[in-house]
Amino acid sequence: MLPYIAVAAVLFSLGIFGVLTRRNTIGILMSLELMFNAVNINLVAFNKFVWTDALIGQMFAMFIIVVAAAEAVVGLAIVLLLYRNWQGINTDNINIMKW
Amino acid sequence: MTEHSYLIVLLPAFSFLMIVFFLRWKEKIASLFSIAMIVTSLIMSISVLFETIARNGEAYTASFTMAQLGSFKLQLGLLIDPLTAMMLVVVTAIGTCVEIYSIGYMKDDPRFSRFFAYLSLFLFSMLGLVVSDNFFMTFIFWELVGLTSYLLIGFWFEKKSAADACKKAFLTTRVGDLGFLVGLLLIMYYTGTFNYEEVFAKIGMDVFPPAMLTLAAIGVFCGAIGKSAQFPLHTWLPDAMEGPTPVSAIVHSATMVAAGVYLTARAMTVFVASADASFFVAVIGVVTSLLAATIALVQVDIKRILAYSTVSQLGYMIMALGLYGYDTANGHHSPGFYAGTFHLMTHAFFKSLLFMGAGSVIHAVHTNDIRDMGGLLKKMPITAPTFLIGSLSIAGFPLTSGFFSKDEIVAATFGHPVFTVLTLLIAFMTAFYMWRLCFLTFFGKPRDEHRYEHAHESPKTMAYPLIFLAFMAVFVGWTGIPALSHGFASFVFHAEPYHPHADWMNYIVSSIVGLSGIGLAWLMYYKRKIDPDKLAERFKPIYTLFWNKWYFDELYDIIIVKPILAIGRFFWSFDANVVDGAVNGTAKVTLLWADLKWWFDRWIVDGAVNGCGWIVRAFGSLLKYIQSGRMQFYGLFILFFIVAAGIYKFESAYLNGWIFTDFLEVTTLFVILIGFLSYFAKTIVPESTTKPKREE
Repeated sequence: MLPYIAVAAVLFSLGIFGVLTRRNTIGILMSLELMFNAVNINLVAFNKFVWTDALIGQMFAMFIIVVAAAEAVVGLAIVLLLYRNWQGINTDNINIMKW
Repeated sequence: MTEHSYLIVLLPAFSFLMIVFFLRWKEKIASLFSIAMIVTSLIMSISVLFETIARNGEAYTASFTMAQLGSFKLQLGLLIDPLTAMMLVVVTAIGTCVEIYSIGYMKDDPRFSRFFAYLSLFLFSMLGLVVSDNFFMTFIFWELVGLTSYLLIGFWFEKKSAADACKKAFLTTRVGDLGFLVGLLLIMYYTGTFNYEEVFAKIGMDVFPPAMLTLAAIGVFCGAIGKSAQFPLHTWLPDAMEGPTPVSAIVHSATMVAAGVYLTARAMTVFVASADASFFVAVIGVVTSLLAATIALVQVDIKRILAYSTVSQLGYMIMALGLYGYDTANGHHSPGFYAGTFHLMTHAFFKSLLFMGAGSVIHAVHTNDIRDMGGLLKKMPITAPTFLIGSLSIAGFPLTSGFFSKDEIVAATFGHPVFTVLTLLIAFMTAFYMWRLCFLTFFGKPRDEHRYEHAHESPKTMAYPLIFLAFMAVFVGWTGIPALSHGFASFVFHAEPYHPHADWMNYIVSSIVGLSGIGLAWLMYYKRKIDPDKLAERFKPIYTLFWNKWYFDELYDIIIVKPILAIGRFFWSFDANVVDGAVNGTAKVTLLWADLKWWFDRWIVDGAVNGCGWIVRAFGSLLKYIQSGRMQFYGLFILFFIVAAGIYKFESAYLNGWIFTDFLEVTTLFVILIGFLSYFAKTIVPESTTKPKREE
């Protein structure tokens, strides 16, 4: 089971790193997808090796894939609007929520 | 009628109230109403007089208790005896004349009704004083009389001299009133009553230590000194002539100033019991009389001459009463009481006549200075003869009133040669200065042509009272002719009936004295055989002394007025520096204290509040950088704290608090961490923000 978890952990860390460091909004969204997938791998792996009686983990992963798709839609719509208003999607420029 | 005699007193009071409350603006009705009231009083007084004669002088008394204090009663009451009956008639008769006269004299005065109101109030007070049956009620009306005198002297209060004169009169008489009060309380203390008859009865019973009796008598006499303008309180009366002339005629010659004489006569029993007090009274009387007569010799103001004459004549009466007390105390018979009261009556008539005549003259020539008059006999066919009759009477011309009464006063001095000589000397001076006045005013050539041209006889309302009073000035004295078996003497006499006998020697001497006084005046001021100016030059020191009224005003100014003013100034400076200083000092301290509190408020209280704000701002200005508006930064934060929480958890679970020991430590660390992160955020987040640009 360890290889699965290791892959998930690396994947998750890469996702966090991407979210926190990418200046490109599209990149952030992509990193988010990586984190989702890391979680999915975890869920599936735990279901397979720890809770074998049912398919709860798999089902949950399916849900997450759907939700991630919806989230990607919303996120991309926001990115589109950002692009329209700021003529760019660089996060450094998007700081109207500042003090 | 006697039992209703309280009405005599109350009618003028009613008139006063009516004028004050209802007739203020109806001048004619006001004057007629007050005259109607006083005439009614006069008629009643005459009938009371006749009833008293019919009773053979028995006293009628009636009283009611005003207040009961233990066994002591404060009463108001009537005492109608011959003296009272005589005074009632005198006061009401002269009051009537004066009120009628005032219609003419006060015509066009802006305060016409008020004048009649004051006169009515005065008559009420005077009549109340006359009928009073106890010392206390006498004192009440005594003060009321003083008040109305003050009001009437100051009637023309726009004139500073009048305003000063009324103050002077009031204050000077107050000095005497204090003595009166002392005497009155002494009497009250030893006899336990104020009632005249009871007091007199008690005095016969030896309840008084002799020294106290003398003191009480002198105390009562002090009141008379003040009110009757006797030495040394005589200075107010001449100044009181600033009042309207009718006031001078009734208040300051005939009635109010006679109140002192009346009181002395009324309280005669007290004086009879103390020879010393009586002698004091007699000396004061003669000194006053002589002093005033000498001053009157050289004055030039017509009213002032009459005023000094009044003082002199009052001194006469006082002296006669004092000598009566002295002689009776020593067991001798004396006509002094009869002489004093008789002269009181005759003097009231001829002196009010003279004053009203003088008023008429002033009304005609608009000056008080006799040097500007002259030759008015032709211009004033009523005033001049009546004035001359009055002058004859006061000079003691045979068969006039003054002749009879003055003779009795001379008779009262028999047995005291010094007094006799002085009395005759004063009589001589009286005749001289009165006729000096007459010759300068009515005879000779007019010295001021302009004034002479405009002189005119006064209106009828002023002339008729003069005629009536001239008649009285001659004939009222005839009630005292010794030939009458029931004349004035036996009627008014104090202790037992007195029957004067005609003393021809006295008559002749008095007549010669009076006539020589008139003759000297005739020589000096009519014939001009002796030049008065040269005489004045020759006796310059004496003339100056008389001219300046023996410097009494100046003396009082130095010994009383100046020290009092100095004391006043001292207290003023005390007030200004110490009292005001204390007040101002308190204010200064309060201000200082307020400044201190302001400072405390400003810097300590506000400082605490602002300090809180400042601290919050300081923290806020640091911590605000955390809110950078960048999601990635927030994410980093979250990650950081999750990791930190994980470390903490791991540490506490597996290393047993090796690094972090307690909550406070963790919290402190947490705060420092946030501060550091904020500072870090400030360095990495650009200050400038890019505003969203909206697409066109």
